[in-house]
Amino acid sequence: MDIQLSNICHSYGSVEVIKNISFNIESGKIVCIVGPSGCGKSTLLRFIGGLERPTSGEVLQLGAVPKDSLNPMTFVFQDFALLPWRTVGGNISLVLEDHGIRGAKANKIIDDVLSRTNLADFKNALPKQLSGGMKQRVAIARALAVNPAVMLLDEPLSALDSQTRELLIDDLVDLWSKKPFTAVYVTHNLEEAVRLGHSILVLSRRPGEIREVVTIDIPLKDRGYGNAELEKQRKYLWEIMRNEAKAADLELINV
Amino acid sequence: MSDKLNVERPEVVKYRGGGFAPKPHRWVGLAVFVVLILMVELGTQTGFISNLTLPKPSDVLITFSELYESGLLWQHLIPSLSRLVIGSIIGISLGVSVGIMIGLFSYVRAGLVPLVAALFPIPKIALLPLFVIWFGIDETSKYALIAFGTFTPTVVATYGAVDNVDRTLIRMGQSFGLSWFSIVRKIVFPGALAGILSGLRISIAIAIILLVAAEMLGAEYGIGAYILEAGSLYDLERLFVGVVILSVIGLLMSAFIGYFERKLLNWRV
Repeated sequence: MDIQLSNICHSYGSVEVIKNISFNIESGKIVCIVGPSGCGKSTLLRFIGGLERPTSGEVLQLGAVPKDSLNPMTFVFQDFALLPWRTVGGNISLVLEDHGIRGAKANKIIDDVLSRTNLADFKNALPKQLSGGMKQRVAIARALAVNPAVMLLDEPLSALDSQTRELLIDDLVDLWSKKPFTAVYVTHNLEEAVRLGHSILVLSRRPGEIREVVTIDIPLKDRGYGNAELEKQRKYLWEIMRNEAKAADLELINV
Repeated sequence: MSDKLNVERPEVVKYRGGGFAPKPHRWVGLAVFVVLILMVELGTQTGFISNLTLPKPSDVLITFSELYESGLLWQHLIPSLSRLVIGSIIGISLGVSVGIMIGLFSYVRAGLVPLVAALFPIPKIALLPLFVIWFGIDETSKYALIAFGTFTPTVVATYGAVDNVDRTLIRMGQSFGLSWFSIVRKIVFPGALAGILSGLRISIAIAIILLVAAEMLGAEYGIGAYILEAGSLYDLERLFVGVVILSVIGLLMSAFIGYFERKLLNWRV
């Protein structure tokens, strides 16, 4: 299933935040969206996931939704959004219960996603017992449990420290290499973008338009830490973004 | 440089990070009670406190044991407790449901918040004669008074708690396609529970106050009736027995809620 964004425009009152964004998200690929703060990248992601409606334009699903997908568009949030009163297993079971999956069937799925995210020993832990990185792993496991057609990751590593971030990038690369998934990955961190993106969508400052689409052909597995080619791409992205970010920083917030 | 340091011992950085972190000290509360009672006992024994001002705590204890032995204790306590429990259950369950409705629906909020704000400051005791006319002099009017008194604070606490539920959790529920009912039951209600329980502490204290007021107006048996009778005879020992029983009920209720908080909210950081 591909996703097509066609002519998306959005404004809050008289403030235009997103302008004429059209783009195709190919199945099995990770698209990263980068841009200066306030350019509407998270808003764009919420349009794709149906949590918000654009003023004009539409998000289209091309092709049939895979039959085994319980929740085709699945989010991973920056602040994890785990229910603190449920255990790790309970948080995953939460998103299965509404599909009538309980008991042994649910347990099978939970055990499977927990082992894929290396969390098998933490099934009965409460979120308060986990570090930030572990919480985000749980959120990723929860997203995997519903078999998403497209994963929508909204700055998933921004609340974590840099070492944990590094570990989780490796985990995501690993997950993707074992079983490629489609993802839209919003970030302000260019390092994450070049490590994980098959294509990188650079947005301008408000109103957010597509400045450039950068594609990186190196396979995800070969994009180790400190890869020279990636460093070049990262610098190139920063050149594009630098002035936009500077100007965005000086703007008054009036949304 | 190092010579100088050897001559004059360097000053240790002063610690200034203490306090502002409450720790549990169970026995202190008990000690305050014991000391106060001992002081009153000593004062009344020596005559420093006249027996018109305060009764001897030991006499109060004797009066209590007499009450217990005569079997009258249960005769007063059981109707009081059943009024308290039935009245508060009605008031609190209605209050929690209305509070959740206010928290969830903007029309209900727009319609009921001003009404609740108007009802809240009314001294419910003033309405007791009205309730007697509406519901009769028997138990029903007492249930109604207690229910009405616990209703408003519960509503206010509940919708405040619902408002404070983390919106990102609700967003998460929606993004996973959870049904509206599931979101309310599995995200909104547990998220609001802490606020609801702390509101219950206030509601239950109000319920005890109203219980006594209702029993003073028209009841043959009940702690309120017992206190009223003792008061009009200026029987200080019996008056204090009644007051102590009320305090103990309040303490037990508070401990009960504390138990539930620890049981249900152990997920809190």
